[in-house]
Amino acid sequence: MSEKQYTYAVARIRAKENALLNDAFMEQLIGAKTEDEALALLSEKGWKGHDEGRKQSLQDILSYEEEKTFDTVLSMVDDPHAFDVFLLKRDYHNLKAAVKLTVSSNQVSGIFVDGGTITPEKIEEAVKEQDFSSLPDTMARAGKEATDELLHTRDGQACDIIIDKAALTAIKQASKKNPNSLIQRYGELTVALADIKTAVRGAKTGKDMTFYSRALAECDTIDVKRLSEAAALGTDDIYDYLENTDYKDAVDSLRKSFFAFEKWCNDALMDSIRPELIHPFTIGPLAAYILARQSEISNVRIILTGKENDLPESMIRERISKTYV
Amino acid sequence: MSMGTVWALLGAALSALLAGAGSAIGVGKAGQAAAGVVTEDPSLFSKVLILQLLPGTQGIYGLLIAFITLTNIGIMGGSADMSLHKGLLYFAACLPMAVVGLISAICQAKAAVAAIGLVAKKPDQFGKAMIFPAMVETYAILALLVSILSIFGVSALA
Repeated sequence: MSEKQYTYAVARIRAKENALLNDAFMEQLIGAKTEDEALALLSEKGWKGHDEGRKQSLQDILSYEEEKTFDTVLSMVDDPHAFDVFLLKRDYHNLKAAVKLTVSSNQVSGIFVDGGTITPEKIEEAVKEQDFSSLPDTMARAGKEATDELLHTRDGQACDIIIDKAALTAIKQASKKNPNSLIQRYGELTVALADIKTAVRGAKTGKDMTFYSRALAECDTIDVKRLSEAAALGTDDIYDYLENTDYKDAVDSLRKSFFAFEKWCNDALMDSIRPELIHPFTIGPLAAYILARQSEISNVRIILTGKENDLPESMIRERISKTYV
Repeated sequence: MSMGTVWALLGAALSALLAGAGSAIGVGKAGQAAAGVVTEDPSLFSKVLILQLLPGTQGIYGLLIAFITLTNIGIMGGSADMSLHKGLLYFAACLPMAVVGLISAICQAKAAVAAIGLVAKKPDQFGKAMIFPAMVETYAILALLVSILSIFGVSALA
């Protein structure tokens, strides 16, 4: 079946890409002497938050920019679920929050995030009532398993592992169903890189095979069984295994530091979406724009948090990823 | 009316129909892209409008061929009778414009959409952007020439 064409939307995105932050601007931001100076630079680029009249926190500005991106792109397509694959993380974050709130019987406000594919209220109600029938299968299974685990063991990390693996599985499933190759690549890359991160963290803290079988999600470019076996032996065995996969370029960064690997992951994602800059018809450039915006929001967060904590410019520069344009 | 006239008329109709349909598809597709760019940057209206119109020429060429054919076969005045042989020759003469008009308009639209994307990102490159879809025009013009020469050649036959 041929892919649907998005001629109007892609042309609009091409015009919007001019407003994306480029490497030169990132350098200018890194060079800002204070956080306020950096915020002023962002303001000149239109990053002013939802209420332009008053000063807002960095978090407010970044959240607003992310919401604006989804609202704009979704307004250009007729399928409101076209980019669900990017929103699933929010759903599973909300599931995690709902499970922990319900089991601990605490009343904490502001821990749910809006803008997922399912409303936080619906997830919270399903967990409270222990009736997961209104949630998608993968989420329902994870919700029930995580609640039981937390009730019986009070082990918050085990609960997180169950839900994180379910989130990755859901992302992989959703991306596989999508006819666009970029979205399929995104799903694969997200799961594979998350598995590598979990395996390395696990190896450094001496986790056993049971942990890996519960934490690692299936994907096409990583053999989860072999990665688990390697992780159980140590980080060098993981690196040896990765040398024979699509992720051999990541080994150097993994040996260097976790920050370097995070940067490598973001750079790999930007490299994989860059071909969309020349596609005029498919949904790919719209998805690439969302990912590019998320990446630049993440970069701005790293820079401004670095400024706030007086990190040296060289350290900030090491952590920010490539830009899309 | 003879079968020859029917064939000749069919050729004229196809020329206007296929080339016109190609242009309609092409201008429509390029129009979508142009609207997308103007939504974000209204100052680019005149530039993208020119690019949008490029795939529209095939429809005009198709109309021209249809008009010349109708004039030559006498449908627009005079005697419309002709042999089946001559009618088929008129039909064949119209085909280059009909077929190439349809295909080239659609292909030109794809190039025009890409060029509109280029102008959206780099408005100063408008001149270069226009050349890419304009190259496709060459083949529509060649088909137009072949059809015109053929129709006048056929009409000169006894």
